[in-house]
Amino acid sequence: MKKAGLIMIIGSLLLLGLFKFPLWNIMLGAPQYPDPMGMNIYITGIQGVQEFDIQNIDGLNHYIGMQKIPKPEAMWEFEVFPLVIGGMAALGVLLGILGFFGKLNYWWFLSWVLLMTLLGIMGMYDFNAWLTDYGTNLDPKAIMKMTNLDGSPMTYKPPLFGHQKMLNFDVDSYPALGAYLMFAGMLLTLLAFFVGKNEWIKKYKYL
Amino acid sequence: MKKSIKIIASLLLATGLFSCNNSEQKNEGNRGALASNAAEKVYVAPGEHDEFYAFLSGGYSGNLTVYGLPSGRMFKEIPVFSQFPTSGYGYSEETKPMLNTSHGFIPWDDLHHPDISQTNGKLDGRWIFVNGNNTPRIAKIDLKTFETTEIIEVPNSAGNHSSSFVTENTEYVVAGTRFSVPIPQEDIAIKEYKGKFKGSLSFISVDPEEGHMEIKFQLIMPGFDYDLSHPGRGKSHGWFFFTTYNTEEANSLLEVNASQNDKDFIAAVNWKKIEEYVNNGGGKKMPANYAHNIYDDKTHTATSTMKKEVLVVDPLEVPGAVFFLPTPKSPHGVDVNPSGDYIIGNGKLSADLTVHSFDKMIDAIENKKYDGEAYGIPILNFEDILAGTVKQAGLGPLHTEFDDNGNGYTTFFISSELVKWNVETREVIDRQPNYYSVGHVMIPGGNSREPFGKYAIALNKITKDRYLPTGPELEHSAQLFDISGEKMELLLDFPTHGEPHYAAGIPAEIIKENSQKIYKLAENENEYATLSPADARVERDGNKVHIYMTTIRSHFTPDNIEGIKVGDKVYFHVTNHEQDFDVPHGFAMIGANNAELLIMPGQTKTLLWEPKQVGVWPFYCTDFCSALHQEMQGYIRVSPQSSNIELSWSLGED
Repeated sequence: MKKAGLIMIIGSLLLLGLFKFPLWNIMLGAPQYPDPMGMNIYITGIQGVQEFDIQNIDGLNHYIGMQKIPKPEAMWEFEVFPLVIGGMAALGVLLGILGFFGKLNYWWFLSWVLLMTLLGIMGMYDFNAWLTDYGTNLDPKAIMKMTNLDGSPMTYKPPLFGHQKMLNFDVDSYPALGAYLMFAGMLLTLLAFFVGKNEWIKKYKYL
Repeated sequence: MKKSIKIIASLLLATGLFSCNNSEQKNEGNRGALASNAAEKVYVAPGEHDEFYAFLSGGYSGNLTVYGLPSGRMFKEIPVFSQFPTSGYGYSEETKPMLNTSHGFIPWDDLHHPDISQTNGKLDGRWIFVNGNNTPRIAKIDLKTFETTEIIEVPNSAGNHSSSFVTENTEYVVAGTRFSVPIPQEDIAIKEYKGKFKGSLSFISVDPEEGHMEIKFQLIMPGFDYDLSHPGRGKSHGWFFFTTYNTEEANSLLEVNASQNDKDFIAAVNWKKIEEYVNNGGGKKMPANYAHNIYDDKTHTATSTMKKEVLVVDPLEVPGAVFFLPTPKSPHGVDVNPSGDYIIGNGKLSADLTVHSFDKMIDAIENKKYDGEAYGIPILNFEDILAGTVKQAGLGPLHTEFDDNGNGYTTFFISSELVKWNVETREVIDRQPNYYSVGHVMIPGGNSREPFGKYAIALNKITKDRYLPTGPELEHSAQLFDISGEKMELLLDFPTHGEPHYAAGIPAEIIKENSQKIYKLAENENEYATLSPADARVERDGNKVHIYMTTIRSHFTPDNIEGIKVGDKVYFHVTNHEQDFDVPHGFAMIGANNAELLIMPGQTKTLLWEPKQVGVWPFYCTDFCSALHQEMQGYIRVSPQSSNIELSWSLGED
């Protein structure tokens, strides 16, 4: 399972891109923001796309009573996510090495993929919960209290994925480079499973 | 398993699709088929940018205006020599020192000739230099912030007109006197003009890093009127040429008395030679008194220093450095073509243009072919240096600018036209009428080795019926010509502000990316800046009250202040905490005897208010900063001088 082990190692290492590149990106454009503001969500915290974007987004959001964008120390996620990603990358590499030397079979690779997918879904769920809180838990003393056509108070949850029109803003929320590297890594680990299966069958067919 | 592959794949596909629509389609405007359509040529679609910046002098407005070409749209008025209530320039405590001179605070001047800094003879777009004609000064405008950042007064000068032109590596910005005066000034009879009055030509060195100006030396010349000047370039780099009139040295009714000599002079100055002389200890230090004012982008504050000495050079002490080139009929402009081969004298009372040859001039100098001297300065023989004449080109030539195809474009004030001619053959190619009485013409990069010969603008002195009438007083008018073809084509008239004399143009891409969007609050070093709203406060020092105030959409911190008394001097130090492009805040105080403040993001400005009446007086933001702009206000309670109400201030307290 030499090939599969190598693919598994490379795939797992691609997760580490998340320490350098953002996981997610949310851009906010409006008529008076032809050059949109944006935030990059890293596994270690949220940063503005340009130097003063966070300050400017917070400044605008205060009109509608939204909370400030949290600092890294304000959310446990920014401590746990790096541990999970680092841990999964290490585990993947370890599985890859053991697979390379034939110490374990290909099902371990699939297990890693399933675990990673599960963790990913949990992460997305948590992220969505934060977005919901951020967009709906509004200051009762907000300057502008907007309502929907049916009279219910308007909320401002950014989309988890895709585009949404919010008041004068066009909000676009998509995965960023770190996430693409992670997806590619996960595809590779999945490939490692199939390649490993092939290699395993070839090896043991003649036994 | 397969399902998850599908989900992952569709996820990637979807994001791929969405991220594609970020690429903007730029319409570069393919205009080939509509070449004859003038409207199409000047049309810059909404949201698109002009191809060139044009900086038009404001003349008696004292300021510089920024336009786009080919649209003729005005973008900004940059205050330079005049107080500008719009922004508080010259009114705010930080900027008052900019207008300090040896005559005290001067709130106005007459701004004539912008020139953009150069490196190797090409526009580098770092700074633009302009002259104040009335109280002689040279100013520098930074093209990152489009703000005036330095003004130096020129001593021993009056009528600072043959200014402010730069040499091809911005070694010097040069200033000369139109009105000769006693040097040093003294109380003598005006009739003693001849011989007693002198003209000075000032070479102001420019620091290559910061652009700071310093008078390197002043050449003390005979008492003629030094009208305009231009640097040599290419092979003639190292020389500077000044036109003169009134070589008759008349002091009264110059209209007649200064128009008697058939020829006046172009003074050719070998500044490299004088620079060498000065660097070797030459020249004489002379007592002087002139202001040097510098504005700092970090402190947002100007400082004014009085200089007490200037180095003067007697041209006779540096043999071979200064020569007179006889030039017919009171020449106004003197212009050097891009290669530096020809020096064009625009004899304003003539129908011809005089084209001197630089090579012939050097040859005449080397062979000492002199035709007499004036005050010891050798006069070269007219025939020896003449390359040729553009015959009967028009009436009253004033200025010549050049394209990059060997053509000159000369303005004729009296016959009111722009004339295109070939510099080598000196044949007229085309002429177009101007409406009316054109002064300068400007081609972007026209005063450099590499002009951008696509457009020319004629800056006209008389407007009359060109626009809807606005009573007796009219704005001046500019006319845009397409000069890319054999014949010039009039594309557009547009009104200009003040009285533009010369202008300077530059391709937009050289400077537009460098244009600063905000000042960083973290880099604000103003003495009175309030960097955190928590530090907003009010302090009393005798009858001076300092209010440290911050602004952010949309409130002042603090907004209610009590304990101010009649007779106090109240300083509002307002720091704009915005760090977002184009979100200034204004500050206006009822009864302030000066102006408002318009404070850019990250900037601090200070307004002095001297309350004279007891009561409660509001202040407010003048710039419509947000949907809550109308709420951006505050109150000051003013008590009688005898009151002992303590200072207090607040924000958001009920």
